[in-house]
Amino acid sequence: MSAYESWGRSIPSRPARVVETSWTSAVPPQDDLVLPYGLGRSYGDVCLNNGHTLLDTARLTRFRRFDAGTGVLECEGGTTLDDILRLAVPRGWFLPVTPGTKFVTIGGCIANDVHGKNHHRAGTFGRHVRSFELVRSDGTRLRCASDENAALYRATIGGLGLTGLIVSAEIQLRRIESPSMTVERVPFRSLAEFDALSRTSDATHEYTVAWFDSFGGRDSRGIFFRGNHDPAPPAPKMRRPTGEPLPLPVAQFAPLLHPLTVRAFNTAYFHANARPKPQRVDYDPFFYPLDAIANWNGIYGPHGFLQYQFVIPEEAGLEPVGEILDRVAKTRLASFLTVIKKFGALPSPGLLSFPKAGTTVCLDFAARNTDVLLPMLDACDAVVEDARGSVYPAKDARMAPERFRRFFPQWEELRAQADPRFSSSFWRRVTS
Amino acid sequence: MKVAVIGATSAIAQEVAKLYAEAGASLFLVGRDETRLLAVAGDLRVRGAKEVETFAADLADRSRDAALVTAAGAVDVVLIAHGSLPDQRAIDTDAAAQAAAFELNATSFIALATGFANVIRPGGVLAVIGSVAGDRGRRSNYVYGAAKAAVHAYCEGLRARLAESDIAVVLIKPGWVDTPMTAGMKKNPLFAGAKSVGRGIHDAIRKRRATVYLPFYWRWISLLVRMLPARLVKF
Repeated sequence: MSAYESWGRSIPSRPARVVETSWTSAVPPQDDLVLPYGLGRSYGDVCLNNGHTLLDTARLTRFRRFDAGTGVLECEGGTTLDDILRLAVPRGWFLPVTPGTKFVTIGGCIANDVHGKNHHRAGTFGRHVRSFELVRSDGTRLRCASDENAALYRATIGGLGLTGLIVSAEIQLRRIESPSMTVERVPFRSLAEFDALSRTSDATHEYTVAWFDSFGGRDSRGIFFRGNHDPAPPAPKMRRPTGEPLPLPVAQFAPLLHPLTVRAFNTAYFHANARPKPQRVDYDPFFYPLDAIANWNGIYGPHGFLQYQFVIPEEAGLEPVGEILDRVAKTRLASFLTVIKKFGALPSPGLLSFPKAGTTVCLDFAARNTDVLLPMLDACDAVVEDARGSVYPAKDARMAPERFRRFFPQWEELRAQADPRFSSSFWRRVTS
Repeated sequence: MKVAVIGATSAIAQEVAKLYAEAGASLFLVGRDETRLLAVAGDLRVRGAKEVETFAADLADRSRDAALVTAAGAVDVVLIAHGSLPDQRAIDTDAAAQAAAFELNATSFIALATGFANVIRPGGVLAVIGSVAGDRGRRSNYVYGAAKAAVHAYCEGLRARLAESDIAVVLIKPGWVDTPMTAGMKKNPLFAGAKSVGRGIHDAIRKRRATVYLPFYWRWISLLVRMLPARLVKF
């Protein structure tokens, strides 16, 4: 049923073959270039292997061991964050780090070294991976940890799935007393205000992130979300979706995604959310608002969309961020959802990890008007590069190869550690 | 509560077993591959199973049946879920391969159901996975279909016999399910996921239903296919 697309649906791709990899005893085939494929939630082409073989890990989802006393969980590489939450939350544990969707696999979280709203406190996902088992195309199975096969451990975290198949991993969960959260939504009216709000909130709140109205450039408005786990038991009216996400026919609404409607939506959204009074909510709607709709990516219509996430290091200040936001606003292309957050300074063990202390912004654009969109993003890349920042490979579908190699000069070390039979559409694009 | 799952490494059986594990049941798992069985057992333990035992056996081999049933001991629910879908065209003229396919998909089911009928506690359930393929012989899978038809008829008789001991016989007839068994088939919108079929089976066992099509729409598709005149059934 799966089309083996990426979430942005902007890159046509067809694997020559898909091999179901359902057991940890699996050995990757050696007759073609292979790439592990989880749930296809990365946006560009890091999860694609056009013309070659994908290893589908949709059934590599068993738990192996869980210690309810220490919160150490060992599971197979295709296990999803949704599976883990269903197991862990009733037992008083939570994910140490979570991206904005729970429909991603552990293998994918490691390969992209994902981050979440608590980056300023917890760093990236890779920091909480105690060990994993990697199967290489020559059949060797290696346990990797910070003190065992350390070079491969480092290279695999953020290694874009190129170092071998992660068949299982051991992660450290985080204790919670209740599934509820205390959340505040604070309106702000410029990038500078966001920055100030972020600095004070990061000291008091474990989770911080902001929605930004991309139409107004750096002086635009936004809503700052900050939250903490709440020790009190959940109130009866708190809802958590229990079933599968709804497959809404969102593609019907694609024509509505026009700059004017997005503008109107932004105004409505800003006013609807501008109430800073603390609220108690279940963790699910706080962390995963978009997961309620199965294929929300369909809203961008047949051409899909491009997501663009960059980080500007702390040393470069806010100016480059402002410059990019102004550029985006000037093109009048509608970024439906713009998210901004300050990363903390905690280092990742990963070789090609994307986050670094500074400000990250994530924008998404329908993949239309590419004659305006693509040059604009190239110009933004130049600003990012001048500021010594980088662009997130997990979301990328278009950055220039030279640019990638300058953003991530460690790429040559990853190439040395990569499995010679593993590759991806992204990797071929940026290294050839 | 103790649940025996035969063919426990199959995708559908794993989904059903998870639901019993989450409710704290004890499980007895039978499958061919020991390593895979242990992986499934580990998963069910983490999910909350009270106790998980494994028994590795090739179910094409009848000599282990008695030992297997004895090892399971008294059980409340038995789910017989093993099997394989042969490539019909490849075995069209191969009598031995056809007999082997029939043996695995029919004879072994009947042998195990007969054995387990003696150890299921009163009030328990014997659930057997049949198939919509057993409702009408078709060119594309008639040996598999014939085996499932045998299972269907057997279950109907066994249900009547076990009613006296208050044991329900639940016959599950899945349509196309996206599992490793159908990996070679081209998928279409009628395919269901193993998870939803697993939930359907769990539900049917709980409600002690006699025959259940999964997903439900296969009852109507199957009815339609059964009503077609023979000269039209060329697929």
